[in-house]
Amino acid sequence: MTNDHDDKSAELSFEEAMQQLEKIVEKLEEGDVPLEKAINYYQEGMKLSKLCSEKLTKVEGQMEQIVNEQGTFEPFIVQEEE
Amino acid sequence: MATDRYLTVSALTRYIKRKLEMDKHLKEIWLKAEISNFNHHSRGHMYFTLKDDRSRIQAVMFSGNNRTIKFKPENGMNVLVKGEVSIYEPQGQYQLYVQTMEPDGIGALYLAFEQLKEKLHREGLFDPLQKKAIPSYPSHIGVVTSPTGAAIQDILTTIKRRYPLVKVSIFPVLVQGEKAASSVVAAIEKANQLNLFDVLIVGRGGGSIEELWCFNEEAVARAIAKSKIPIISAVGHETDYTISDFVADVRAATPTGAAELAVPSQTELINRVNTLTRSLHMVVKGTVLEQTRRLSQVNKSYAFRYPEQLLRQKEQDLDKSVEKLGRIMTYFLNQKKEGLRQIRIRFGQQHPQRQIDQAKQHLQLLYQRNDRAMRKEWIDKQTSFNQVLDKLTLLNPLETMKRGYAIATEKNGQIIKSTKQTQPGDLIMVRLQDGTLDCQVWGIEEGEEI
Repeated sequence: MTNDHDDKSAELSFEEAMQQLEKIVEKLEEGDVPLEKAINYYQEGMKLSKLCSEKLTKVEGQMEQIVNEQGTFEPFIVQEEE
Repeated sequence: MATDRYLTVSALTRYIKRKLEMDKHLKEIWLKAEISNFNHHSRGHMYFTLKDDRSRIQAVMFSGNNRTIKFKPENGMNVLVKGEVSIYEPQGQYQLYVQTMEPDGIGALYLAFEQLKEKLHREGLFDPLQKKAIPSYPSHIGVVTSPTGAAIQDILTTIKRRYPLVKVSIFPVLVQGEKAASSVVAAIEKANQLNLFDVLIVGRGGGSIEELWCFNEEAVARAIAKSKIPIISAVGHETDYTISDFVADVRAATPTGAAELAVPSQTELINRVNTLTRSLHMVVKGTVLEQTRRLSQVNKSYAFRYPEQLLRQKEQDLDKSVEKLGRIMTYFLNQKKEGLRQIRIRFGQQHPQRQIDQAKQHLQLLYQRNDRAMRKEWIDKQTSFNQVLDKLTLLNPLETMKRGYAIATEKNGQIIKSTKQTQPGDLIMVRLQDGTLDCQVWGIEEGEEI
């Protein structure tokens, strides 16, 4: 939980970002964190928080797809029940 | 009295029994019924009631016949039986003597279900420890179900509503009929091969037990158990339980439920992120405040306000220490000095002068002794020499001659000791104390030898 992630945070998955954010808050809440470290945590936590929010609100309109027998994908169009 | 008009009960019973046994239809009865009051007697015979909506008949299946049944008859089970109707005389009761029994319709499915469930359970396929965890934040979900129908729509709608971030891929399968099981199995295997999915939803919407049946088939159950991808099963309605539900990592009551289990709620997550962010603010703010408070406390402390006090104290401490150091050094030096003195004394005692003196004395003594010895020796020698000299003096012939003795010698100096050495006329020499006489022998008188 250091600043290693600063540059890579863009590549984090939502799950990773969320886990890191939770860990940071947990650590901070445990107390006994030296001030400089707390500030570092805070900065990193805010970055992660922003990232999580972005990931959550950025709806890409994922398209559902069909996996055909060859294992390739095709767009899925909802059909009416026969 | 015409008492012979009256029959005995047993006679009547026997009569009825004979009548029944004469009827060839009753000899071979095929009956479709539901079992109740089932009792498997310890001696092996089965006693039960067969019934439908309106009627019931007592039935017995002797152990010789029921040994071959492949299932365990139970109350409520629908069965197809073959047997004959006869009378049990002691009770006057007609009953069906069952020869064969088969499960019937839904009864058979129910049975197969229970039997497969029991088998897989024993194999450990339902073991809670084998269940895989459903990932919290999936990025790609596979759905194995019919591409038509309410189930897929429910699933897609729910996922979209809750968590539009996730990608969904549908494996279109047959979910009823003969080919349904193999179709579902193939899709699960394909999904595992593709290795793209975080979780699979396998299921279909509601239907009759026959329609849901493929999810009770062993092949489907085993495919689910084998899957490396966590599987959420969603078959039919809340009340429908299938074997797939038991084997799957999680059972959802409905397809909508499966979608809810598969993805987190975006709204909840946003709330969660906001909560975490607030905590972050608060905790850090708290930390900064706390540190600020501590700092101001330290600034207010005695030491900071009166630093010279601190110095004074230290000065005094230093003086004390220096003093102590001096004391210790002196003590230490004195100790060493004393030690040195002691060693010197001991060393002095070890000086060789004494030995030298002793040796000198000894040497002196030896000199003296030697001197004395030499002197004594010399006097002794002197004395003995004098004695010898005296003797020698006494023996000197010249001394004798002084007393008047003479020595006669021949011309050649040979001393004449006998008269025989000479003849008259011989010239001889006579030596006196103060010179020599040249003489001639005139005669010889032989005397006695002295």
